[in-house]
Amino acid sequence: MTDRPIRVLVAKPGLDGHDRGAKVVARALRDAGMEVIYTGIRQTPEMIAEAALQEDVDVVGLSILSGAHRDLFPRIVAQLKQKQLDDVLLVCGGIIPDDDIPAVKQMGFAGVFGPGTSTQDIAAFIRAQVAQKRGARAA
Amino acid sequence: MNSDAIAQLRAGNPRAVARAISAMERGGASAREIVTAIFRYTGRAHIVGVTGAPGTGKSTLVNEIAKHYRRRGQRVGIVAVDPTSPFSGGAILGDRLRMQDLSGDDGVFIRSMATRGAFGGLAAATSDAVKVLDAAGFEIVLVETVGAGQNEVEIARNAHTTIVVEAPGMGDDIQAIKAGIMEIADLLIVNKADRDEVSATVAALEMNLNLKPKAENDWRPPVLKTIATTGEGVADAVEWIGKHRAYLEANHLLEVRERARCRAELELIVQRELMARLLRGVNGAKIEMLVEQIAAREVDVYAAAERLIG
Ligand code: B12
Ligand SMILES: Nc1nc2c(ncn2[C@@H]2O[C@H](COP(=O)(O)OP(=O)(O)OP(=O)(O)O)[C@@H](O)[C@H]2O)c(=O)[nH]1
Ligand SMILES: [Mg+2]
Repeated sequence: MTDRPIRVLVAKPGLDGHDRGAKVVARALRDAGMEVIYTGIRQTPEMIAEAALQEDVDVVGLSILSGAHRDLFPRIVAQLKQKQLDDVLLVCGGIIPDDDIPAVKQMGFAGVFGPGTSTQDIAAFIRAQVAQKRGARAA
Repeated sequence: MNSDAIAQLRAGNPRAVARAISAMERGGASAREIVTAIFRYTGRAHIVGVTGAPGTGKSTLVNEIAKHYRRRGQRVGIVAVDPTSPFSGGAILGDRLRMQDLSGDDGVFIRSMATRGAFGGLAAATSDAVKVLDAAGFEIVLVETVGAGQNEVEIARNAHTTIVVEAPGMGDDIQAIKAGIMEIADLLIVNKADRDEVSATVAALEMNLNLKPKAENDWRPPVLKTIATTGEGVADAVEWIGKHRAYLEANHLLEVRERARCRAELELIVQRELMARLLRGVNGAKIEMLVEQIAAREVDVYAAAERLIG
């Protein structure tokens, strides 16, 4: 069976309007050969989980610069769990203070990417992680 | 997919539906198994195609049309197709962005699809994704094509009712549309009717329709105006979808269209399958050799093809 392109949902939870980074990342992942479902700003945890479910994505990528990750991330993770999407790779970026990173990783985010990260590094990280997950599933 | 998963799919379980569509996109044996299992439950949905030039408001309109059917209690499946980049093989699927009003409603299922190299405005697996939604009990299936020009007319073969969306002020594009996708329209919608030049666009489309000789019982596509961003005119459009369905039924055209669709799909699958079998049988080196010979003008393309097949 041929491997399908990696499918990634890129969403901005909450009321944060900084969408430049999310758009940059969406485009970079497209250029890295991935299918990116871009849902834009003002996404509730429920909307994000629903889109991830219907679109059957490999990756959920969240972009947040407002500081509301402390409140929103746990709710998003809970919604994904509720829909039995424990298998998706979680990554995020934007303004996540260093002090928060351990907690964010603890929640299940495999990668946290702050300002200035090269988008090639992000694509490479996702590719490697998804390959690993797919490999584990096939085994 | 086991029989349990098929039962869940039939019950409209979103995870089962999502997985089945992914299997369709992947193709191969598991896709075939699913089609075999669900095929007899298909053929119930009314399939509505929505096509038109990029940015005319197709997604926004699909969002509004779906809301109308939901108010009537009908379940709506949506397949939205966007182009795959020929350079990277990736895609940005942005149609869903305009369909946010539909979130949180179990009676709606939205799936974004990349063309993955297919021509004609749809993905190779679009019609199979429609089958999945049909079998899952979605009564209306809306299919949004990629932003279409003149050649993206594949949708007409897949839908019962085809809507071509126009927007005012596209100027010369109307000319282009005449030749191409206008011919496949069952409904013509001039969206963005809040803009100037609406009446000019409507008049141009009407004039174009008048050029076509009208046979008895012939369907004349209505030219409708909508403002998708406010929902204005959409009730009327939905009304016309119903009228078109009734027209097809009254004139036994549903059967005719269905047969044409079945034939086209059968031919396509045979083509794909024969091609796959053929390519499995020959080694790549032989093809490369022929390519070299064609390029060097030692063999003409027809003769080369003959050597591959024969
Ligand atoms: C440009 C900008 C704006 C623009 C936004 C334009 C737009 N449409 O995006 C405007 C002027 C509108 C704006 C407004 C505001 N801003 Co502002 N803004 C910035 C600024 C200077 C740069 C952000 C940016 O676009 N960077 C460029 C992109 C490419 O980088 P990026 O988003 O970080 O993305 C990279 C990584 O983070 C990562 N990444 C990002 N998302 C994702 C997603 C995934 C899945 C992955 C894998 C990776 C990833 O990859 C990207 C590439 O490296 C930042 C400061 C800063 N240096 O970050 C402040 C900043 C984010 N803004 C800030 C504030 C406070 C505001 C306002 C509230 C100001 C006000 N009082 O009105 C408003 C709020 C607007 C709103 N509606 O939310 C604060 C936030 C403070 C906080 N979190 O505690 C910041 C940090 C400035 C500061 N130091 O105080 N802002
Ligand atoms: N003024 C006005 N803008 C509209 C109307 N309908 C849609 N738009 C806007 O037109 C832009 C494109 O709308 P979409 O629905 O994404 O158009 P589309 O045809 O699906 O675009 P593609 O899928 O990219 O081909 C968006 O900014 C919409 O908000 C309308 O009736 N009036
Ligand atoms: Mg669209």
